[in-house]
Amino acid sequence: MSYLHFARTILSSLFKKPATRNYPAVPRKYPEITRGKIVMNIENCIFCGMCMRKCPADAITVTRAQKKWEINPFSCIQCGCCVETCPKKCLSMQQQYTQPAPQKSEEVFYARVPDHPADSRNSKPAGK
Amino acid sequence: MGSHTVIPFGPQHPVLPEPVHLDLELEDEKVIRAIPSIGYVHRGLEKLVEKRQFTEYVYVAERICGICSFGHGWGYCKAVEGNMNIEVPPRARYLRTIWHELSRLHSHLLWLGLLADGMGFESLFMNAWRLREQILDIFEATTGGRVIFSVCKVGGVRRDIDNSTLRGISQKLLDMRAELKRVTDTFFEEPTAVSRLRGVGVLSREKAQDLCCVGPMARASGIPLDIRMVDTDGAYQDLNFQPCLSNDGDCYARCRVRVDELFTSIDLIRQAVEKIPEGDLSVPVKGNPAGEFFTRIEQPRGEALYYVKGNGTKYLDRMRVRTPTNINIPALVQTLQGCDFADVPMLILTIDPCISCTER
Repeated sequence: MSYLHFARTILSSLFKKPATRNYPAVPRKYPEITRGKIVMNIENCIFCGMCMRKCPADAITVTRAQKKWEINPFSCIQCGCCVETCPKKCLSMQQQYTQPAPQKSEEVFYARVPDHPADSRNSKPAGK
Repeated sequence: MGSHTVIPFGPQHPVLPEPVHLDLELEDEKVIRAIPSIGYVHRGLEKLVEKRQFTEYVYVAERICGICSFGHGWGYCKAVEGNMNIEVPPRARYLRTIWHELSRLHSHLLWLGLLADGMGFESLFMNAWRLREQILDIFEATTGGRVIFSVCKVGGVRRDIDNSTLRGISQKLLDMRAELKRVTDTFFEEPTAVSRLRGVGVLSREKAQDLCCVGPMARASGIPLDIRMVDTDGAYQDLNFQPCLSNDGDCYARCRVRVDELFTSIDLIRQAVEKIPEGDLSVPVKGNPAGEFFTRIEQPRGEALYYVKGNGTKYLDRMRVRTPTNINIPALVQTLQGCDFADVPMLILTIDPCISCTER
């Protein structure tokens, strides 16, 4: 037994680069498959509701009549179940995580219908 | 003097990673009785099985615990697969074994850090977690998640790891070994660390047997109980390993067993990478589970039991988990009797409590 056993690790730490990153000045590089956030490409969506039925966290709501698809990113658990289930492959995973926000808002998407006023609301958080 | 004092310990305490409360009855500085109570993080995840399809519940099962998450997902899948007589493809069995052993590495390194923090050895704590970070990077590169993987599904796994990445992981772990040995040996070489561990909280083999201890707690008291030895679902039957044992039964022995398991896990992963067969990742699941099924797996903290009861529909009637911490709490209460008050944190930490698993 020796008091100096750990000294080698401590001394080498003095001369090595830090094990941590100077975040946020040096942003983290995510691996390609990181499950960060669900991204919706509403163009291809057929509003079948499979993602809503499979979601273990009940984060997705699909309203077929209004052609409306919404997700609560703060309820989403990033399991990727909806991405796997989607028959039209319009859902995908982004590497970046959901940004922090002062309020839990939902992201709402509407199908694009020519000359429909709903078009302008696409991709905007609905808020409270 | 001999006056009795009751000191409440937890649920919020600097050394406790998890909310467990103990009423410690003291006579001077000696603990004469400890009364544990839990119930601070109950989330009702077992009840949720009635509301989620059995194929989707695996994502909930994984979230029973953040540290043994892969094991819980695997245990649940294993129970459902046993219920439905599903044969998992060999490559999926190997991949599950590799992820499970990596989880053990990450869990034990986390625990070693917490132990060092509990005894006030901050730089050792940081170094243990620095090594753990490398394992988390492997997880993120192979599964897409750092602690919750979502790769296990009923019938197999959702994601493959290509053979070159597997060899890279094997090499990375081999490179890590020397540094891992240097950091972990500090627990057994540094006199300040040894004095906190040696001879503290001795649990005899007989007592451990009587109190049905599981996992490293049992193995540190000389009981060769390791479910991996009898496992048929993972790849363990094809791999060569021995459970890590010690006969002392004190905190030092429990630390020794967990550190030895780190190196055993590295060996197991390297063997699995050598032997992994090619083939399918999953089999299609047809029908719904009916009837009951019990199974068990070796989690980093010990043996965990999984029970499912199906009714022929997509929703299960019941899912039950018996977690290792739940079983080790009586042994903790036993070792606390007669110990010094200053040793209480070491005793609680060396059972590696995971209260969020225990309460679900």
